[in-house]
Amino acid sequence: MADKKLQLEIKRQASPDDPAEWERFELDWRPGMNLVSAMMDIAANPVTADGRPTTPVTYDSNCLEEICGSCAMRINGKARMACSALIDNLEQPIRVEPLSKFPLVRDLQVDRSVLFENLKAVKAWVPVDGTYDLGEGPRVYPQQQEANYPLSNCISCTCCMEVCPQFNESTGFVGAATIAQVKLFNNHPTGKVFKEERLRALAGDGGIQECGFAQNCVEACPKQLPLTEAISDLGREVAVQKVKDFLRK
Amino acid sequence: MALPRIIVVGGGLAGLAAVIKIAEAGGAVDLFSIVPVKRSHSVCAQGGINAAKNLKGEGDTTWQHFDDTIYGGDFLANQTPVKAMCEAAPAIIDLLDRMGVPFNRTPEGMLDFRRFGGTLYHRTAFAGATTGQQLLYALDEQVRRYEAEGKVRKFEGWEFLSAVIDGKGQARGITALNLRTMELRSFPAEALILATGGIGAIFGKSTNSVVCTGSAQSAVFQQGAWYANGEFIQVHPTSIPGEDKLRLMSESARGEGGRVWVPRAPGDKRPAKQIPEAERFYFLEEWYPKYGNLVPRDVATRAIHRVVYEEGLGVDGQPMVYLDLTHIDRATLDRKLGGILEIYEKFVGVDPHVEPMKIFPGMHYTMGGLWVDFNQMTNIPGIFAAGECEYQYHGANRLGANSLMSCIYGGFQAGPNALTYAKDLPAADGDGGQAAEVARQAEINNRLMQNQGTENPFKIWRELGNIMTEHAAVIRYNKGLKQADAKIVELLERYKNVNLADRSQWANTSFAFARQLKNMLELARTVVQGALLRDESRGAHYKPEFPERNDEKFLKTTKAIFTGDVAGPRFEFEDVDIQYIKPRRRSYDATK
Repeated sequence: MADKKLQLEIKRQASPDDPAEWERFELDWRPGMNLVSAMMDIAANPVTADGRPTTPVTYDSNCLEEICGSCAMRINGKARMACSALIDNLEQPIRVEPLSKFPLVRDLQVDRSVLFENLKAVKAWVPVDGTYDLGEGPRVYPQQQEANYPLSNCISCTCCMEVCPQFNESTGFVGAATIAQVKLFNNHPTGKVFKEERLRALAGDGGIQECGFAQNCVEACPKQLPLTEAISDLGREVAVQKVKDFLRK
Repeated sequence: MALPRIIVVGGGLAGLAAVIKIAEAGGAVDLFSIVPVKRSHSVCAQGGINAAKNLKGEGDTTWQHFDDTIYGGDFLANQTPVKAMCEAAPAIIDLLDRMGVPFNRTPEGMLDFRRFGGTLYHRTAFAGATTGQQLLYALDEQVRRYEAEGKVRKFEGWEFLSAVIDGKGQARGITALNLRTMELRSFPAEALILATGGIGAIFGKSTNSVVCTGSAQSAVFQQGAWYANGEFIQVHPTSIPGEDKLRLMSESARGEGGRVWVPRAPGDKRPAKQIPEAERFYFLEEWYPKYGNLVPRDVATRAIHRVVYEEGLGVDGQPMVYLDLTHIDRATLDRKLGGILEIYEKFVGVDPHVEPMKIFPGMHYTMGGLWVDFNQMTNIPGIFAAGECEYQYHGANRLGANSLMSCIYGGFQAGPNALTYAKDLPAADGDGGQAAEVARQAEINNRLMQNQGTENPFKIWRELGNIMTEHAAVIRYNKGLKQADAKIVELLERYKNVNLADRSQWANTSFAFARQLKNMLELARTVVQGALLRDESRGAHYKPEFPERNDEKFLKTTKAIFTGDVAGPRFEFEDVDIQYIKPRRRSYDATK
C-alpha cells in the first residue's frame, strides 16, 4: 500500500496569452485524499511524472469544505468542486482542467466576477433603512424560512453557469445562480420592494427567456439548489410583469 | 475638506461590518481582500451566533451572557468591552434578521435559539448549520449595495503586505500586491482596519481556510504593533481529520443533543450500533453532569485527549471518539444540522444519521491577536483591528457562537472609531512614507524572487505545522515549547535559502505563499514563547507541570513586542480589567 500511486493530468496554461498543455503527475496515494491535497503535494514537490521540474499549480481554493465556492474546476469532464472530489471516487488518470466559460487567468484559475456583477444588476440585497437599532425584523414562519434557506445556500461556484448550453457570449444569459437569488430576495418581506425592478432586469436580452431548460444546472449544483424550480417560477412572473408594463404604457 | 478615506483589509464578517458602518456614516472605503469577499473564512462558521434575547422564557440576560463569556474565558478578557458586546448583541441579531438572514424560526415566526457550550441558556440564533455563511452573505449583500452606489471600492485579489507609517509613527495607508499581475503599490488612507482573521495555517492543518495565515497581523507586528495573548489557541473538540485540512464538526451537533462516547472496553471491535448502552462510556456526561456534552471547548478537548491517550479508549485504538446523533429523528437533524451532516457524509462517505461520527480535536481559533485599546485601535495610531485578528473578547478560551458576534460587534466599533480618528488627523508631511514603504517591499520581493536556494517553502510550512501541533496545541510542556522555538529559528534560517519553483510575474501563488510563510514563522514565535512564559494553566492554555490557574502572577495580558533579534520578541504583561466580575474558580463539574 505504501507505494500505491495516483495518476493526474492537469491542463496548464501560464497566462491567457500562452498555449495550453497537459502535464502528467504521479503522486503517492494516501487514504482519504481529495484533489486539493494532491495539488498541495505537487506544490511541495513540483515535478511531472517524467521527472521534469515544473511550477506549482495555480488554482483558487479557500475553505476546502465546499462552502466558499472557490475551487470549481472540470474534473474528468465534470464541473465540480475540487475539495469534495475524493481521489478514491475518481477514475484515473484524473483529468483536471479549468472551467471553460470564463476568462482564464492561469492554469485552473478563471475570472468569475461576472456573477458578482450580475448580482449587482438584480439588486440582490434587502434594502434596510440603516444599521442602527430599529427593533425586530418581520415575522417569518418556518415554512417560509424552509423555502428560502435552500436558495440562500448558493456558494457562487458558477458550476450551473459552466454546464449551461445557453450561458455563452452570444446569448449573454445571466445564468441560474442569479435567477435563484432574484427569487430569494423577491420572497423576502422587505426585499420584495424591488420585486418589479428585479423582474425587469431579467426580462431583457440575456434574461430569463434565454433558458433552454436543459436542466444541467440543477444536476451540477453542489448545493442542490432548486434552480429549475426558481427559473420556471420566475419565468412566469417575468412574463406577467412584461404584460403589466406593456398595458401601463 | 474631502471625506477621509479608510482602508479595510479583510472581507469576512468583521471587515464587512466595518465597511458598512463607514459607508453609512458617509466615509469613503477601500476594501482589500485576497479572495472575493463572499468567499471569506467566515462562511465556515456553522453553529450560530449568541445574544441574550431571552425568547425561551428562561430569564436569560445580557449580564448572564457577559458572565458566561468572562467565566468561559477564565477571567483573562478585559471586562469593559465584553460587557458592551453582550449588551449590544440582541440588537445586532435584530439587524441581521432585518437584513434577511434566514434564521431558523419557531412555529409562531419568532427567532429560534439553541444551546451551545459553556452556558445553560438557549442563547444561540442559527440558520441551519451554515450560520456563518448566511451572516457573511447578508453583510456581503449590503456592501454590494454600497459598492453599486459608489461608496465602496473593492480590491479583491490584492494581498496586504504592510502598513505605510509616516515619520511620526502614524498609519498613512498600506502596500499591497496584486495576486494576478503581481503589481506592488501603495494605497494612501487616513486610517486602516485590519480584519484579517485567524492564524490556522501556522499549525499546518486546522479547521481554518487557506487564507488564514495570520500574515497581515504578523506584518504589522513586525512593524511595531503589539501582539497580545498569542499563546491562547483554541483546539476544537470535534473536527474531522483530513489529508488537506481538519474539517469542523459544529458544536451545534451537541447543542441539538449529540452525545460523545467511546466503548468502555479498550479495543472493542464491534460496530458502534452493536455496543449496548451500558457498555458505552459517555465520559463528558459522567465527568461534567451539569453541562454534560456542552462543557466549553477547552474542557471537552482535554477530556477527549485524556480518554484517548491516558485511558487508551480511542475508537479502534485510534485517536478518535464517537459523536453520536443517531438517536435524533431524521427530520429534526436535517432542519437544524443539515449543512454539517452533508459535509461529514461527503468527505467521510458515512451517513451520520445512521452511524455515529468519528471525530477528534483540531486547531480552530486564536483567542490572541493584535493588541487593541477599547476603541479597537492598536498601539500604532491609525491602525485598527477587528475580528479574530485581535485579542479582545474571548480571554483564555472562546465560547462557541461568540465569535460571529465579536466579529460583527468589533467591526461596528472599529468602523466609526476609525472614521472619527481620521477626521482629526492632520495632513501628512510629504507623501506620508508611501514611496519609502513601496521601496522596502520591492526589495523584499526582488530578493525572494531571485533567491537561488534549495528550500521548498511548502515543505518548510509542513514542518512548522507539525512542530506547532505537537508542542503548542492541547497540552504544553516547557521542554517541548523550547524545542518548538528552536525549530522555528532553524526554519527561519532555512527560509533565507528558499527557492521558488515559479519565478513568473503572473498569478504566482508560490511567491505569495512564500511571503506569507515568513510572517507565519515570526508569528509562531509569539505563540510558543508566550506559552513558555506562562507557567500556569488557564482556559485553553494547559501545562501539566503547572495545572492550576495562578491569578497572582498571571492574571495578565501577554504583550509580545517585535525586536528583530534571534532571541525573539520581548514580552510585557499588562493588568486585566476585572472591575465588574471578581475572578472565581472556573469549574464545569457543577453549576458555576
